[in-house]
Amino acid sequence: MADQATFADQAVPFMDSIYAAALRLTRNPSDAEDLVQETYLKAYRGFGGFEQGTNLRAWLYRILTNTFINTYRSKKRRPDETQFDEVEDLYLYRRLGGLEAATVGRSAEDELLDWFSEAEVKNALEALPEQFRMAVLLADVEGFSYKEIAEMVDVPIGTVMSRLHRGRKAMQRELYEFAKARRLLPDDAVDPSGASERTTAPAHAKAHRDD
Amino acid sequence: MTDPCEAALHELYHFLAGELTDERRSLITVHLDGCTTCLGAFDFEAELRRVVAERCRESVPEELRERIAALIRHEHSLDR
Repeated sequence: MADQATFADQAVPFMDSIYAAALRLTRNPSDAEDLVQETYLKAYRGFGGFEQGTNLRAWLYRILTNTFINTYRSKKRRPDETQFDEVEDLYLYRRLGGLEAATVGRSAEDELLDWFSEAEVKNALEALPEQFRMAVLLADVEGFSYKEIAEMVDVPIGTVMSRLHRGRKAMQRELYEFAKARRLLPDDAVDPSGASERTTAPAHAKAHRDD
Repeated sequence: MTDPCEAALHELYHFLAGELTDERRSLITVHLDGCTTCLGAFDFEAELRRVVAERCRESVPEELRERIAALIRHEHSLDR
């Protein structure tokens, strides 16, 4: 059994990432602050039930997701079968992957960081329907295992995997739209076989630059 | 499913998430050592995952941090 006197020391270091998750879930700073505050108060009150030596971070996220589900999420539950346009696997890689070769001496990560701003990544994640957003957030941003996520949101592991699969693809599609909108790519840069051969900027992208 | 590339790509995300058994994991690693096509896809997805996590970082507002600390101190004082 955990001693409440040690709660602040143990739980406060996770507050930045809990706040980040709350922002992605609620999609607005004021609700995110309320959600974080409620999560920490519930965690403090329930800390006696936390088993020392187990994963405190996972325990806090479980409280966070439950509080969100019970309090902040829209009253109208979205069914899991939410329809969004399905795209193929490796959607973004097949469109952007070849562009890495065009720039010598830079890592793929540098390239991706250049392509997508902080706001674009956040918007792409926040655009996902809630259940898919929660799965991608917990797995890809927070690094929880399928099993931990299944326990947090109380669904079978197979459901977690399916939400992740579809959520990631939908997010890649959003990101690709941002890349297109910023004219990083021509609208028709969809031929995977030709992507790696392109070495110069597309003509119509240049046309939009005055300098 | 006998095509080794298809098999590897099918498990790409489980691989990146560290959710495979050691046996499956080493089979994929061996495949990636010899297949630049799959390696390219794995690298891209791994980097994208890192970029997404990186771009979603936030710092909790100081005022909220203080408010929560005060609320917990207050609760603690009531408990005693």
